[in-house]
Amino acid sequence: MSGFLLNRFSQSIVLLVIVSMIGFTVLNFMPGGPLAQFGLDPGMTQKDIERLAEQLGLNRPLWIQYFDWAWRLVQGDWGHSFRDGAPVLAVIGRHLFATLLLMGTSTSLAIAIGSWIGIRSATHRYSLFDYCATVGAMVALSVPTFWFGLIGIYIFTLKLGWVPAGNMYTIGDGSVLDYLHHLILPSLVLSLVHVAIWSRYMRTATLDALSQDFVKTARAKGLSERRILLKHVVGNALLPMITLAGVQLPSILTGALVTETIFTWPGMGRLFLDSLGYSDYPMVMGLLIFSAILVVLGNLVADVLVAFVDPRIRLS
Amino acid sequence: MASAPQTVASEDVALSVRDLTVSLPAGMERVHAVENVSFDLKRGQILCIIGESGSGKSVTANAIMGLLPKTIRASSGAIFLEGTNLVGLSSDRLRDLRGRVVSMIFQDPLSALNPLMTVGEQIEEVMAAHAVGSPKSRRSRAIDLLSEVGLPDPQLMYHQYPFRLSGGQRQRVMIAMALALEPAILIADEPTTALDVTTQAQILHLIRDIQRRKGMSVMFITHDFGVVAEIADAVVVMEKGRCVERGSAEQVLKSPSHLYTRRLIAAVPHLTGKDRIPAEAAAQASILKVECLVKTYRSGSPLFRTQRIVPAVNGVTFDLAPGRTLGVVGESGSGKSSLGRLLIKLLDSDSGAILFEGRDVAELSEAQFRPLRPKIQMIFQDPFASLNPRSTIGQILTVGPIAHGVPHKEACEQARELLSHVGLDAGTFGRYPHEFSGGQRQRIGIARALMFKPKLLIADEAVSALDVSIQAQILKLLDQIQRETGVSMVFITHDLRVASQICDEIAVMHRGQIVERGPPSQIFLDPKSAYTRELVAAIPGEQPRGARALAGVNEHWRDIAKNEERL
Repeated sequence: MSGFLLNRFSQSIVLLVIVSMIGFTVLNFMPGGPLAQFGLDPGMTQKDIERLAEQLGLNRPLWIQYFDWAWRLVQGDWGHSFRDGAPVLAVIGRHLFATLLLMGTSTSLAIAIGSWIGIRSATHRYSLFDYCATVGAMVALSVPTFWFGLIGIYIFTLKLGWVPAGNMYTIGDGSVLDYLHHLILPSLVLSLVHVAIWSRYMRTATLDALSQDFVKTARAKGLSERRILLKHVVGNALLPMITLAGVQLPSILTGALVTETIFTWPGMGRLFLDSLGYSDYPMVMGLLIFSAILVVLGNLVADVLVAFVDPRIRLS
Repeated sequence: MASAPQTVASEDVALSVRDLTVSLPAGMERVHAVENVSFDLKRGQILCIIGESGSGKSVTANAIMGLLPKTIRASSGAIFLEGTNLVGLSSDRLRDLRGRVVSMIFQDPLSALNPLMTVGEQIEEVMAAHAVGSPKSRRSRAIDLLSEVGLPDPQLMYHQYPFRLSGGQRQRVMIAMALALEPAILIADEPTTALDVTTQAQILHLIRDIQRRKGMSVMFITHDFGVVAEIADAVVVMEKGRCVERGSAEQVLKSPSHLYTRRLIAAVPHLTGKDRIPAEAAAQASILKVECLVKTYRSGSPLFRTQRIVPAVNGVTFDLAPGRTLGVVGESGSGKSSLGRLLIKLLDSDSGAILFEGRDVAELSEAQFRPLRPKIQMIFQDPFASLNPRSTIGQILTVGPIAHGVPHKEACEQARELLSHVGLDAGTFGRYPHEFSGGQRQRIGIARALMFKPKLLIADEAVSALDVSIQAQILKLLDQIQRETGVSMVFITHDLRVASQICDEIAVMHRGQIVERGPPSQIFLDPKSAYTRELVAAIPGEQPRGARALAGVNEHWRDIAKNEERL
């Protein structure tokens, strides 16, 4: 097991280096660059811009910029935002909670509801419930999230006035109840797609487990259908789902671009969009590396979890 | 059809099936999976239900257990267990009987156990499901059961996960599980088919032993008359959903009354003990000479000390004369399939030489070997997976030769010729694989291999997936082809009986090495190595147990069946 972890760890480092190199290069080949926005500013002369480039180190060759950035990163210095000079890590930290709250809630909802729908669809295959679940999943997957978001705001905020249209809390309030009130609509909208994906995968995994011989053995033993489902089917069906959850884990922390923007949620997704808009390269690179680390970590956690649950991997 | 037994429920009948008919959903190839089947399972007896695939024997067993899929149901007839009719019984009542009064074990002990639960948990579950005992008493009972079925170190075994156990051990666990509540009836659905022959012998012995000790009634489903000869008290023969013959084992084996039974017994391959008469005198030079061939599988990483080294083929040496067949026989994991793959260079060897027509092909690169490929062809085990379902038979046969530069028209002509040669009609050429049965597909596989006019055929378990009667036909075809074309053959099989039918010489493999090599007469009648002796002794139905032995009996019925076919 430790050998496996060591192996995976070294692979991850190589992967992160490659991702950061590609990210850095692509970013710097974008037309304009971080100082282009000053080009139209009548208060900035060409000299000012050159001085700024000198100060920020942008006039050095690209590979030196990369190594300088990477070396600092390794030492824990993720650089400073071009926009307001705040340390990148601190900015990420400020936005992390909002994203964690939103994504954590919607993902847990999605997994719980999606698993239930998926298992029921499989055990009641070709029933009315199964058909409705299939059609529902198709609709949820094919209609874009922003449409659900806007329709949700229109109905539940404008027409019914049940929930606020956006933000994470009311300024001046900020109680737990207030947070929850703001959380309802965005987390539901966001979980729709995940419920659809999760229920489809869960249905397939459950059907697969149901067709296994050991389920027949369990029936031959005289077990009740309920116990067969809980003890023999669900456990085996969840094995492949752990890997899927691992793939989804990073999104819990990197946020949802569209949903956060529609609901003006102060999370990581919006931070990324804003930073791109301002050509805030240190911020963008910081977020890129952050999510890359999470992707690697998510897969690693999933693999370890699978190994933990499955004795065939754990003990060999 | 034999007349149905008249007694409905006498004292000595444990289970009685009366005119059972199970309907299939509309659109299937036949209306009934099982039609008007009647038989009695007597107390303290082993009843073998024998039939080929599609005979309805497993459906009958599942109907008794109440385990039929939702789309299939018993439409008429009755199944009496202790005076109660199981057909139409509520699912709760049936569930209560399952595992307590009637238990079942299955063919594949690998997939029949839940991989995520320990052996002990799975055995205890039966008792818990029927609310028998306390957690503590269940646990000690589980350990007792594990030792009862002959598993080593039951305390340790209790905590093991199924993947740690061998196939035979898993089947023992299944048996332990089935015995947990001392059921009156055990239904065994091909419990030894997936096992090696020596393991099969042990499991058969165990079932017989436990049945005698407990006075249990056993319904044993099999396709193998060898197994019937070994274990049965009474026999029911099924064909296409109908029961064609029933009687005592003695009676059915020695004087079968139905034509189908006779054909089935005649088709069972058995040890001849006689050597095959080759087509012509062997030429001087051997076509294939293998010297000290070695292949070792490595997995894991040496860096982290997780490496596993498995010597699959460990210094194998043999030679093969033109026009002769060498049988490579061994149990699973003996390295026989790896050897086959090495010979055709689907796998690269670590060291040693493969001299094909005097040239060492082991060291050739793929590009250098390619011109030789047509001369060495392979026939695969699974006639379903080895044909591309999207190609017509014509395309399947001609794609290889065309790739090697044979003109399209010539290749097509040759394909048609070969198809008729292997016993398929001309219309086969334009049809797709799914339109054919297993036996027909294997004929197509053979025709494909022959397209190149090969010098050497490698048949890897080429008849293992087929019913015995089809098996006999394919073996006959291979024999005929060899006599006509003079092709040499390496015939890889786990079944000694099959090997004895077709091979001039047999090499017995064990743990990557050839432990014995010789003509069938030596291997079967006078084996030199202890392992071969063990292997031969384990073959079901071959040991002279008084009148029960199949050998000789089926020789007789083979002649009679032939005569009847002629009429």
